[in-house]
Amino acid sequence: MAEAIDTLLRVEHLTMRFGGLVAVDDLSFEVRQGHIAALIGPNGAGKTTVFNCITGFYKPSEGRLGLRHGKPAVWDALDALTDSGARRRIHPNGTLFLLERMPDYLVARQARVARTFQNIRLFPGMTVLENLLVAQHNRLMFASGYTLLGVLGFPSYTRAERSAIDKARDWLNRIGLLARADDPAGDLPYGAQRRLEIARAMCTDPVLLCLDEPAAGLNPHESAELNELLLAIRDEFAISVLLIEHDMTVVMEISDHVVVLDYGVKIADGAPDAVRNDDKVIAAYLGIAGEDVQSVEAEVGL
Amino acid sequence: MAVLAHSAGESGRARRPNIARERSPFVVALHDAGITALIAFGVLLPLIGFQTVQNINEVLVLRTRWPLLFSLVAIIGASRFVYAVSVAPWLARRAARPVAAAPPGWRSLVGRWFVPFAIGFVIAYPAIVLFSAGFRGALKWVDNFGIQILIYVMLGWGLNIVVGLAGLLDLGYVAFYAVGAYSYALLATHFGFAFWILLPLAGILASFWGILLGFPVLRLRGDYLAIVTLAFGEIIRIVLVNWVSLTNGYAGIGGIPRPSFFGIPFTADDNGFAAVFGLQFSPIYRTIFLYYVILALALLTCFVTVRLRRLPVGRAWEALREDEIACRSLGINTTNTKLTAFAMGAMFAGFAGSFFAARQGFISPESFTFLESATILSIVVLGGMGSQIGVAIAAVVMIGGTEIMRQLDFLKDIFGSTFDPTQYRMLLFGFAMVAIMIWRPRGLVATRSPSVFLTERKTIAADLVKEGHG
Amino acid sequence: MDYFVQQLINGITLGSIYGLIAIGYTMVFGIVGMVNFAHGDVFMVSAFVALIAFLILTTWLGVTSVALSLFLMLVAAMLFTSLINWVIERVAYRPLRGSFRLAPLISAIGMSIFLSNFVQVSQGPLNKSVPPLVQREFVLFNRNNYPVTLSYKQLIIWGITAVLLLAFWYLVARTRLGRAQRACEQDKKMAALVGIDVDRTIAITFVIAAALAAVAGTMYVMYYGVVSFSDGFVPGVKAFTAAVLGGIGSLPGAVVGGLLIGLIETLWSAYFSIDYKDVAAFSILAITLIFLPQGLFGRPDVEKV
Repeated sequence: MAEAIDTLLRVEHLTMRFGGLVAVDDLSFEVRQGHIAALIGPNGAGKTTVFNCITGFYKPSEGRLGLRHGKPAVWDALDALTDSGARRRIHPNGTLFLLERMPDYLVARQARVARTFQNIRLFPGMTVLENLLVAQHNRLMFASGYTLLGVLGFPSYTRAERSAIDKARDWLNRIGLLARADDPAGDLPYGAQRRLEIARAMCTDPVLLCLDEPAAGLNPHESAELNELLLAIRDEFAISVLLIEHDMTVVMEISDHVVVLDYGVKIADGAPDAVRNDDKVIAAYLGIAGEDVQSVEAEVGL
Repeated sequence: MAVLAHSAGESGRARRPNIARERSPFVVALHDAGITALIAFGVLLPLIGFQTVQNINEVLVLRTRWPLLFSLVAIIGASRFVYAVSVAPWLARRAARPVAAAPPGWRSLVGRWFVPFAIGFVIAYPAIVLFSAGFRGALKWVDNFGIQILIYVMLGWGLNIVVGLAGLLDLGYVAFYAVGAYSYALLATHFGFAFWILLPLAGILASFWGILLGFPVLRLRGDYLAIVTLAFGEIIRIVLVNWVSLTNGYAGIGGIPRPSFFGIPFTADDNGFAAVFGLQFSPIYRTIFLYYVILALALLTCFVTVRLRRLPVGRAWEALREDEIACRSLGINTTNTKLTAFAMGAMFAGFAGSFFAARQGFISPESFTFLESATILSIVVLGGMGSQIGVAIAAVVMIGGTEIMRQLDFLKDIFGSTFDPTQYRMLLFGFAMVAIMIWRPRGLVATRSPSVFLTERKTIAADLVKEGHG
Repeated sequence: MDYFVQQLINGITLGSIYGLIAIGYTMVFGIVGMVNFAHGDVFMVSAFVALIAFLILTTWLGVTSVALSLFLMLVAAMLFTSLINWVIERVAYRPLRGSFRLAPLISAIGMSIFLSNFVQVSQGPLNKSVPPLVQREFVLFNRNNYPVTLSYKQLIIWGITAVLLLAFWYLVARTRLGRAQRACEQDKKMAALVGIDVDRTIAITFVIAAALAAVAGTMYVMYYGVVSFSDGFVPGVKAFTAAVLGGIGSLPGAVVGGLLIGLIETLWSAYFSIDYKDVAAFSILAITLIFLPQGLFGRPDVEKV
């Protein structure tokens, strides 16, 4: 499998049916290590469903979702892993996961895929700091000796909590919310909530960050800040980002790769510039058939 | 949405003066009172107006109680009138006034000193009562008020973990209390194990049952979870009633060994507690000892809960209450998290149950009805979910209040010797539950205190804190 | 076989009563999303009203016509219970609408405790029994000296249940009121915006629920001839089980669920153990909720991420 040089996530023949409705139909694409990939398409195209399949909230009707940690060579074991029926295979060079076999919380914990939600899902009654500590739950849980040592007040937990707070402080600094660390998350303005949700996802130490419409409802200034934040995440942490977005300025500016969905079917896949000029993509966004694009563009004077 | 509700309230308030301009407030109030009295008459007519009694031939006949009916209707109508004339305008004026700025200093002062004072008071309570009521009178005060209230404080704190922190509505909590009580009763009477060995064992058994019952139930959400827990609670009670060979059914288990003072029994003989310490024998010593045992258990519950809130498991509980889906997206195993909450709550109920059995010396399924679960849950909700202090205050008010109803024998002098105030105990209890909910739907202490802070601990307003959907 | 047929007849009768109470749970849950814990006690109160009406009619007014007294009992019970439930909704639930989710539940539990204790205090703690109103029965068939009987009162229960169900079904499915109810179920704010009086619709729902519970209460008094202040809780929970089994929010579901629970309980008592008959009902409740939370006729609830 030489073609998968630095692929991080491989979506193959993903199909999701709800009763008679086919929300995603035979979708295949890849996300490369250290890339920002965008999943775009008109409303109802099935983008969020793809996210829910990748993050384990839905079990796909068909298809394979492979994710690797470590060296690209672990991809060689993909078929063997599929046949074995196991969820993951641990290699000396890394680990290979089949996400469609994992429940949601293990996708986050073991495969380290983090996500945000279209309609922000913070813990509104907990403080900003607490939100970021909950994200580090599994590490802290281990440090607290699964609660036992923590109740007895062992210092190992105190140390771990301090480092968790430091990490949270770093992220709050980065997203400009340090001053509001002790305020309830539900009190933050909308744009800050979006940033906090991304920071919270980052606190889980992901290899892949899935963002569902991160720029929705942001003003142009906040959008620009978001772009910087996402580029920093990609460049400093070498984390791959998969995002769903309607704001084309965000998509075109920061994506390395764009996948376009329409009615659950992939209609384009490539670099932002190539996708932007694709007739089928334009047709899908205008809601017309592909061959009419020229005439419609002429009509509206493009 | 809040804005919408607010403006609706505004317009509702604004409408009233318009009507008042047309008719004098006095006439309006009279009109209101008349309608209220009429409705009250309709509601009370069948059950107050008539009484079904068996005559000498054991045949059911009717008696009328017109004087009682009409005086009740008159009281209700009159109170409505007084409300409309004096209380409602006062409330409207108070609502119209801008909210006072930051609360005066005494409030934070009370806040700071309340907990140490309360702990000091409960520790000194038996001594205070002994001095003021004497040996004989103190027994009632330590037992009926002290121990009884502390049992419910402990149960409230235990259930608070499940309902208040994890946001899982459990209507069958009494089942674990029963498991603890029967574990102690059966193991102590059959095998003669000591109280201090069986106390942890009962806790472990109860939490084991918590996990067992929790496992299938925890994928349910909302009121469904409440109903299934209620069903399990009832199933356990029915089994206790019907498994006569083990539990002796309705007759219950008697002769349960009482706890001793670290090996010294509280008996009147030469090896007894009083003799060993050179005191005159009195049942009060055992009661005071039991008081301190339950006080220690309750404080342990509180201490562990406060500790857990600052640990990842406690934060995960609260996060679960806030948003379960977000928890799963962060890699938290929500099933395990819920189970630990369930098991932890059940364990404390088990402790309380074994203490209850040891204190009573006799248990029967009658003590573990749905009413108990409802009482404990209402203490948690009335206190303010998640608040330790609120739950303790609610337990004192609700349990202490109903205990006081038992003590009001002087009312017999007023209403005649057939009047039995204890009859009205649960009637008032139910009424108080409704009234307190309407007065403070989120309980006495509705704000949340964060488990960790960077620079300053700020209290979180009640309307931001979610109540959970499980 | 004969024994089975007899149990079937008894089970359907019991199930009709459960079904009538279950409709109240289903309608209230559908429209305000709360388990109306006091509904079982409202049923018990209605049984007392029917009992008192019966005593007034027979001992004071000397009404001898069974049909007339039964009719008047029904009317009295429905009227007064509806009024009582209307007041309960107004006093204990309406102020809590839109607030904390647990508040109405606690309020309902408090109301349940209040109602049963109110009846205990005002009417006394003893069982109240009355002579049977309708005694005749006819033998369907008689083999091996085991007569399978169908009593008039069972027939009356079946008949009245069927007629009232049809009437209420018409009310909910075909009238303006029914449309308003369904609109409030879906989205209260939107319903208010298109001009539906939400408070009134909810109040009417409580009134209808109480009226049906009152029918059940009257049937209960007529069938068993005995009622006590504590008779609200267990039938209430069983009727709730029926509502859940049928699929909460579904009217036909509540009726079918009620019949199933009645049958299961009767057959369980007949063939297994009468002591554990409530365990059967509670187990069904738990099993249904765990494995079939949408019930037989309900809509499945898809988790929205």
